[in-house]
Amino acid sequence: MSRNNRVVIFGVTSAIAEKVARYLVERGDSVYCVGRDQNKLEVIIGDLRIRSHKDAYVGGEIVDLLSFSNHEAIFESARKALGGIDAILVAHGSLPDQSLCQASFEHAKKEIETNAISVLSLLTHAANYFESLDRGTIAVISSVAGDRGRGSNYIYGASKGMVTIFLQGMRNRLYKKGVRVVTIKPGFVDTPMTADFSKSGPLWSHPDYIARGIVKAMDGGRDVVYLPPYWAFIMFFIKCIPEFVFKRMSL
Amino acid sequence: MNRKKTSWNRLPALTPEASWRVASRHALLPNNLPKPFTPFGNGRSYGDVCLTDRGSLILTESLDHFIEFNPEAGLLCCEAGVRLSDVIDLIIPYGWLLPSLPGTSFATVGGAVANDVHGKNHHFMGTFCHHVTNLELLRSDGNVINCGPQENSEWFHATVGGLGLTGLIRRVELQLMPIKGPWMDVMSESFACLDDFWEVNSVSESTSPYVVSWVDCLSKGRGRGRGVTFKADHAPMVGKLGKSHKRFFNVPIEFPVSPINKFSLKFFNKMYYSRHRGFSRCYQNIYSYFFPLDRIRNWNRVYGSRGFYQYQCVLPPNNSEEATAELLNIISSKEQGSFLAVLKTFGNRKSLGMLSFARPGTTLALDFPNTGSDVLKLLKSLDAVVQEAGGALYPAKDARMPASLFRLSFPLWESFSKFVDPNFSSAFWRRVT
Repeated sequence: MSRNNRVVIFGVTSAIAEKVARYLVERGDSVYCVGRDQNKLEVIIGDLRIRSHKDAYVGGEIVDLLSFSNHEAIFESARKALGGIDAILVAHGSLPDQSLCQASFEHAKKEIETNAISVLSLLTHAANYFESLDRGTIAVISSVAGDRGRGSNYIYGASKGMVTIFLQGMRNRLYKKGVRVVTIKPGFVDTPMTADFSKSGPLWSHPDYIARGIVKAMDGGRDVVYLPPYWAFIMFFIKCIPEFVFKRMSL
Repeated sequence: MNRKKTSWNRLPALTPEASWRVASRHALLPNNLPKPFTPFGNGRSYGDVCLTDRGSLILTESLDHFIEFNPEAGLLCCEAGVRLSDVIDLIIPYGWLLPSLPGTSFATVGGAVANDVHGKNHHFMGTFCHHVTNLELLRSDGNVINCGPQENSEWFHATVGGLGLTGLIRRVELQLMPIKGPWMDVMSESFACLDDFWEVNSVSESTSPYVVSWVDCLSKGRGRGRGVTFKADHAPMVGKLGKSHKRFFNVPIEFPVSPINKFSLKFFNKMYYSRHRGFSRCYQNIYSYFFPLDRIRNWNRVYGSRGFYQYQCVLPPNNSEEATAELLNIISSKEQGSFLAVLKTFGNRKSLGMLSFARPGTTLALDFPNTGSDVLKLLKSLDAVVQEAGGALYPAKDARMPASLFRLSFPLWESFSKFVDPNFSSAFWRRVT
C-alpha cells in the first residue's frame, strides 16, 4: 500500500479503529467511516476532518452492520465518495458475555452474527470488488482468541476463528490477483470493550500501539500479524498443548 | 476494576472505589457509581489533585476529539481530554502555538485549565487560562454551563484553576498565538550567585518573552544560588520539522534504588554549571525547547518506587530576594534536592482563577526524592519560610501541604467552595479544607 490511500473503516467508533483512522488522515489518506452510533460517528468525523490534509476526503455513514442487505450499498457510496477504494479495515465487533451465550443460543447467535457473519458478508463484497481491480488491501481485526477455543469465551473465540479461517481461504484465492489479505490478531487491549477486566499484568497493551501496528501491517509485510508480536509465541505454545491436557486447564 | 492510581510523582497511590471512562462529550455523569467524582486526565500533575480514595475517578482519556479549528483566526475548540502534544502537532504547521505552555506536552487541555498552568513566558503572556475564550462544564445534576471571561464569568473564574472541582470540564475553546516557524532562538547566561540572578533575570525579562533559570540548589557560600538563565524568543526561520523531534528514550523499569543522592547531584550540578558558564546561543526546535523531559519517557521511574515530591512555591515581590536566599540556604545545608531546580519570576498580570497559583513574585520549583521523614521535615522548614514571606504552594504539585498554609495563601477558597459541585471532590481538596 502506498501513501495517500482511500480507506474504508468498518466499526470506526471502536477505540482501536478510531486511532487507526487518525494515523491514516494525519499522513494524508482519505477515509470513509462506517459506524453504528450516530453521536459518536459525528464526533469522530468532525475530529478526523480537522486532523486531515486539505485535499483528503473524510466522511462516512451510519449503518447497522447486522442488516446484511445494506452491505453492498456501503461499498457503492464509499466508492463514490472516495473516487475508488484502495483498502478496507474491518474492525467492528463485541465481546460477548459467555455465560449469557451459554444460557441462550439466541444471544449466542446474535454475537456470532456481529463478530463473524457480518464480517464474512462485508468481506465477500470487498473480495469481489478488489478482485475486479487486481489490487487492494483487506485488513480485518480478528483475535488471539480465535486461535484456540477456551471455556471462558468460546463463542467469541469461535466467531474470530471463523473469520481467521475465512481470511486464510480468501488470501489463497486473491493472492494471484494481487490483493493483500491481512489478519490482525491483537492480544489484550485496554479499550472500553474490555472495561470489565482487571487490567493489571504485563499482557495488556494500549490501543494507540495496536493502531500503529495495524497501519504498518496494512502498508505491507506479513499476512498474519500478532499485536504486540510476542503474542505469536504465546499462542504458539498454547496451540501446542495437547487437547487431553488443555481440557483440564482453565484459561 | 479498581487499581491504584498515582500521578506523575508516584505518590500518594490511592485506589478509588470505581473508575468510569467518559463515553463521549454528549454523555452525562453516571448515576449508579459511588460519589464523589474526581476527574483524571493523563495524570501529569504531581500529587493528589486528580486522585481519590473515595468515590469514583472520572477518566477523560476518550474525550480526546478536536471540535473546531479556524486556522485563519487561530481559534481552536476541543474536548478536555485532548493532550497538549496533539494540539501542538495540529497547529504548528498552520503557524500557531499555544500562548502558554507548561513543562510537559502530555498534560491534557482540561488539566491545564483546571490547574491554570503557566509557562516560561508568564511575564509576557500570563497563564494558560488567559487564553481560554470559552469552556463547557457538566455538573453532576446534568446541568451544562457554558462560561468564559464575559459569559457566566463567575463560573469561569471558579473553574479555571478550580482543580476540577466545579464539575467535569468537557470542552475548551482557546485563542492561539501566531508563530513564524517551529524554531526557538535560545540564549544562555550564567550567574555566579543569587544576587547576580536578579540582575540577569530582570534584564532578560525586558528583552525576551521566555525566561527561565536553572539554579544549583546545592552550592554554598559565595556560589550559593549560582545558575544559568535561559532566555528565548521565536526564531524568524520558517520551515517544517523532520521526524527527529519525535524520537525518544524510555526508562523501561523502575530503578530499585534512586541514583539521585547528594554525591551524584553535586557532581551533575557542577558539570552542568561549568558547561554553561558564560554566554551561549543556539537554535532549538519547539519540542526540545519547551519539553526536554518529554523525550525521556517514564523519567519518573528514575526516582524508584517511593516516588518524589515536587515543591513549587511563589514568593511575593517585596520578600522575594530574602525568602529565596533563605530557601536555598536550607536546601543546600540539608544537601537534599535535585538537579531540576527552576527559578523564575512571574509577571504582574492577574490570574483569572479564584484558586490560581500564579501571582506576582518569584517562583522556585524543585524535586525531592522521597526519603521518608527526612524530606518531609525539610519541606516543613521550607513551608515556614514561604508562609512567613506571604507566599503560596502550587496545588498541582503538592502531595503534603498543611491545610493552614493552603487557606492562608488561597484566601478565596471559601467563596470558591460555593462553586464546587456537591458530588465532586478530590483527595487534595479533602486534605486542605
